[in-house]
Amino acid sequence: MPRSLESYLRPGLKATTFCPGCGHGILLHAVIRAVHELGIDRRDLLFVSGIGCAAWIPSPHILADTLHTLHGRAVAYATGAKLANPKLQVIVVSGDGDLVSIGGNHLIHAARRGIDLTVICANNEIYGMTGGQAGPTTPGGALSATTPAGNPHPPFDLVRLVLGAGAAYVARYPVTQPRPLTDAIKRAIRTPAFAFVEVASPCPTQFGRRNRFDDVGALYDRIRNLSVSRAEAAGRSKEELRGRIVVGEWTPDDLHLAAGGPGAGGAAC
Amino acid sequence: MTAGRRVSETSGTGHSGGTARRYATGNEAAAHGAIAAGCRFYAGYPITPSSEIMEGMAELLPRVGGAFIQMEDEIASISAVIGASWAGAKAMTATSGPGFSLMMEGLGYAVFTETPCVIIDVQRAGPCTGQATRVGSGDVMQSKWGMHGDVEIVALSPWSVQEMYDLTIRAFHLAERLRLPVFLLADEAVGHLHETAEFHDRFEVAQRVRSNEGTPFGSPDPAGVPPMPCFGDGANLLVTGSTHDERGYRRVEEPEAHARLVERLRRKVLDRRDELTDVERHLLDDAEVAVVAYGFTARGALAAVRELRRAGKKVGLLRLRTLWPFPEREIAALDGKVRAVFVPEMNHGQIAGEVRKWFRGELRRYGQTNGEVIAVETMRAELERMF
Ligand SMILES: Cc1ncc(C[n+]2csc(CCOP(=O)(O)OP(=O)(O)O)c2C)c(N)n1
Ligand code: SF4
Ligand SMILES: [Mg+2]
Repeated sequence: MPRSLESYLRPGLKATTFCPGCGHGILLHAVIRAVHELGIDRRDLLFVSGIGCAAWIPSPHILADTLHTLHGRAVAYATGAKLANPKLQVIVVSGDGDLVSIGGNHLIHAARRGIDLTVICANNEIYGMTGGQAGPTTPGGALSATTPAGNPHPPFDLVRLVLGAGAAYVARYPVTQPRPLTDAIKRAIRTPAFAFVEVASPCPTQFGRRNRFDDVGALYDRIRNLSVSRAEAAGRSKEELRGRIVVGEWTPDDLHLAAGGPGAGGAAC
Repeated sequence: MTAGRRVSETSGTGHSGGTARRYATGNEAAAHGAIAAGCRFYAGYPITPSSEIMEGMAELLPRVGGAFIQMEDEIASISAVIGASWAGAKAMTATSGPGFSLMMEGLGYAVFTETPCVIIDVQRAGPCTGQATRVGSGDVMQSKWGMHGDVEIVALSPWSVQEMYDLTIRAFHLAERLRLPVFLLADEAVGHLHETAEFHDRFEVAQRVRSNEGTPFGSPDPAGVPPMPCFGDGANLLVTGSTHDERGYRRVEEPEAHARLVERLRRKVLDRRDELTDVERHLLDDAEVAVVAYGFTARGALAAVRELRRAGKKVGLLRLRTLWPFPEREIAALDGKVRAVFVPEMNHGQIAGEVRKWFRGELRRYGQTNGEVIAVETMRAELERMF
């Protein structure tokens, strides 16, 4: 991390608690770079997270106000903080299990209300912190601690879910595309309504190991190879897009278009 | 401390200036009390018999520049209240049994992060959905033991519309002073009671020490209340429900850090027992038998006591206005003074069990869970058997 961004890190912290090769560290960098480039007054920044490895991205790392809440509840805490002090620039950073499984109801209602929150979901397609159990974002067929014979259920397509619930801006990028990811986070923060960024962030320890990506590089290659841009996806069939990660940005005007998350396959909205 | 703030004169609530006498329900009075105490944030989810508090706040808060939001459930409601409190607002929610159960994890978070907030539980007849429109007081133990881990909280028990107003204000005072969630354990009968009450401004509400000096999660005093800077104050706050040190850094593997924090949070309440305890004594001086009662039940108990006095029976009433921390000294003081104690309540002995710990003499309890208030005649008949 360049010196100019180090002032965003809480002094005294020696290293992140993430495993070697974890995507969450790259996302931390992208978040810090985004708020730095936007020049937001540090006093106005509030980071809210739930429980999980991803929830540790802001807390304790980022030197700003941070609220590390309960599993699943980050968006509801953020809603209260934003309403009580509208000056705050409230950014939720949390995991897929946290935001979409146990916290799914809060997520869709916050999107519906359209209160000015930015929600960044670090999607590693697994429950990392608790030891690699399947969640609502785990691809069909994937191995996990609770799906030893392969996940029998399909995952959510988060872009369609949150856009359908009423978000004003939705984006999806993998940590392997840090520049577009950072720009998307910036646009989400600048959106004066509910904005959501899904980030494909590999978990080598729990997802990689169980699904036979013994080498961290291979797991990153997986994300890279699965990613297709919106433009590329536009010409492909639903079958061709199954299991691909369609990346890009969406607004309510796109509600009729195809999306498609990790493992989801792109279906028309 | 600041003097009580008045409800805006344009509010049209009949509360123009200092004091207004109003014929109102307990739930309406609670909403007015909250506004008077400076509450500027409410998040909630509708549930009988508490919804009128939410509806009152929806009407009153915009008039004073506060924020109101109806959340998707009670878990979200307590979460939003905690978020708002850290953003600097005096914040509140109201609910009843089922919603109170859903809030338990969040309430533990509020205790552990020392977040001031007020929760009004207008108790109804449980368990489960039970009788939604009927009265009960089955949440007494839940308010103390419903959270996982050992916590000390403060719970107040009103018996009138006036006290729905006054004790809501006191709940805010204590919440802000001690950085705690404070519960108003009302019941359906008090919440829906119509009475004349005075919406006055003769009270003080503590202001939290919103300072960046010192540490926000630790105190040199083992029972101390740390200062509470809020979001936006430039304190770079580190708020977490994991075990933390005095600056908020997670300390999830150090036994001393956990023991120290749990102990201070307990002592913050228990060392202030004298200040927190609030009881009312009726006709106890020469009593042989004492009734210990709280909430709506205490009204009927007082009527029964008066009737028995007229019949020459030496009986009095100790009314508990604070349920937690439990007024153990006041109960222990009955020991040796009265021969017997009678505890009527709309549950099966939740407070009687506490009384037993501190009173060694004869204890008679009457638990009623049929969704109805305990009749005066019932309590009188029970008491007569004790003479
Ligand atoms: C109410 C509750 N249920 C369960 C847990 C256990 N838990 C902690 S983290 C976690 C999963 C986190 O997964 P995710 O949000 O995807 O984050 P990751 O660790 O994968 O980054 C679970 C189930 C909890 N802390 N609280
Ligand atoms: S378990 Fe997975 S998500 Fe958690 S830190 Fe390790 S690699 Fe990252
Ligand atoms: Mg995850």
